[in-house]
Amino acid sequence: MTVIEARGLRKTFGSTVALDGINLRVEEGRILGIIGPNGAGKTTALNAILGLTPYQGEMRVFGRDPWTERDELMRDVAFVADVAVLPRWIKVSQLLEYMVGVHPRFDRAKAEGFLAKTNIRNSNRVRELSKGMVAQLHLALIMAIDARLLVLDEPTLGLDILYRKQFYDSLLNDYFDRSRTIVVTTHQVEEIENILTDVMFINRGRIVLNCSMEELESRYVEVTVHPEQLATARAFKPIQERQVFGRSMLLFDHLERQQLAAFGEVRTPSIADLFVAVISNQAGEAQGAAR
Amino acid sequence: MNMQSSAMPASSTESQVMAPVAISETRRLYWSIRREMWETRSIYIAPLVVAAIFLFGFLLSLLHLPTKMRDALTLSAAQQHQLIEQPYSLAAALIMGTAFVVGLFYSLEALYGERRDRSILFWKSLPVSDLTTVLSKASIPIVVLPLLSFGITVALQFVMLLLSTVALGAAGVDVGPLWREVAIFRSAPMLLYHLVTVHMLWYAPMYAWPLLVSSWARRMVFLWAASPLVAIGVVEKMAFGTSNFGELLLNRISGSMSKLPGTISAPWSHITLGQFLMSPGLWIGLALTAAFLAGAVRMRRYRGPI
Repeated sequence: MTVIEARGLRKTFGSTVALDGINLRVEEGRILGIIGPNGAGKTTALNAILGLTPYQGEMRVFGRDPWTERDELMRDVAFVADVAVLPRWIKVSQLLEYMVGVHPRFDRAKAEGFLAKTNIRNSNRVRELSKGMVAQLHLALIMAIDARLLVLDEPTLGLDILYRKQFYDSLLNDYFDRSRTIVVTTHQVEEIENILTDVMFINRGRIVLNCSMEELESRYVEVTVHPEQLATARAFKPIQERQVFGRSMLLFDHLERQQLAAFGEVRTPSIADLFVAVISNQAGEAQGAAR
Repeated sequence: MNMQSSAMPASSTESQVMAPVAISETRRLYWSIRREMWETRSIYIAPLVVAAIFLFGFLLSLLHLPTKMRDALTLSAAQQHQLIEQPYSLAAALIMGTAFVVGLFYSLEALYGERRDRSILFWKSLPVSDLTTVLSKASIPIVVLPLLSFGITVALQFVMLLLSTVALGAAGVDVGPLWREVAIFRSAPMLLYHLVTVHMLWYAPMYAWPLLVSSWARRMVFLWAASPLVAIGVVEKMAFGTSNFGELLLNRISGSMSKLPGTISAPWSHITLGQFLMSPGLWIGLALTAAFLAGAVRMRRYRGPI
């Protein structure tokens, strides 16, 4: 089943193009990571999916138009915009009561179960909690919603490493199953690398790369090349070459692993390395085109 | 031998699709109004504090009450009524005035605060429509505050009456005139009538306008709300040398009490309900209220955190 489907998604702010005709399709049960530099259009894309911003082009989330049907859509969708959006004046007990009052898929007992594992008390106001605890509280609320799509925009921004780890662990262990779909953006790529099923690189409002993790693993290979093989290896046109501890690491796209094994040690690049390679290549091409 | 394996209980981690509870829009509206009361506690605290202060002053005045009552008995019936009844009208006016001011300040903040503290992103992640949200915020000054001021006023007047009775009884003064002139059970429905006609219906556009501005302005909501009104007044004065707009505003607040269904002490004396319901001012005001609120609903959809 298709959860999100967008065609020619476009959004401009004055003369700035935030989204430049994006086509997007997310199937049920996937965990998609959207990765891009600051100002690439990640948040704009998520806001469009969530009905927080108007856009040009076509978009359907669970068959609904997010911009005109946000409130109906939010019965099936949950999102964490960033950690600081819970109102500071509210009490935890009031939050729970309100959620029960307005949300048809909110399970209070479940939320209280998650909160029991933390130091958050029902009588606490949000302003009394630390940043990490607010994130825990928000996550507890979100995980107690039986949503079919969860959208996370930099959910762990500004949290220390313990909370970040905990956040993704509980998300994966207590929440995710094959009937749910998660879309997540973050700058800490290495933390979500292992949980993603799909990855999308976005730069200057365009999708630069969009593939499943299996595809990515079979497609991209990084080789630590023996110095004597360097010239031969370069002839295969790596998309990037960098020096690590005096050794050359070459990144190849669409080449056979066995073939490359002759040049040196072969491994799958990390998403962060691949991201840097793809984005800087794109920047280089753009400069070349400008000349 | 029966080798049939025992059925394994379904793993608890396996998520079961929870049957969603049906939630009506009325229920969402109710909870959203309660949310507003949680956030802005001054909605009920301010009138309660004013009532408490007034009661304290009234307690001090009880010392002179027996003398005052003895003097009052020598006066004419009308003067007697005025003298005895006065503190009770004053109490009502104070509470209603407080509610009015609280309502104005609340409206200026209502759709602005959630954008300033970014909590709008949380509220918008819940299945509550912009319409329900705006209606819940509009009903605080237009419905909740008038009803609250009714309840608080009647309770305050009742306590005042009881205390006076005790004070007079202790001094051996007849309480008959007091209970005759301060007939709470007769004045309460009139007070409610005044609150519904004036504070709910007639004042509605005065709250809807700041609500609209608060949904739109990025800063200085009060200035944005006030300056167009001042500007229209100034332009009118420059262009035509008249000040009709200013008078219109003043009338809306208090000036044309004669054209409204009554004052607090004598609600029925000036105008009948029929005349009030037929007045164009009422309907123009309600039409403006609807337009302002519709604008606010639309703005809330477009505006994000500041």
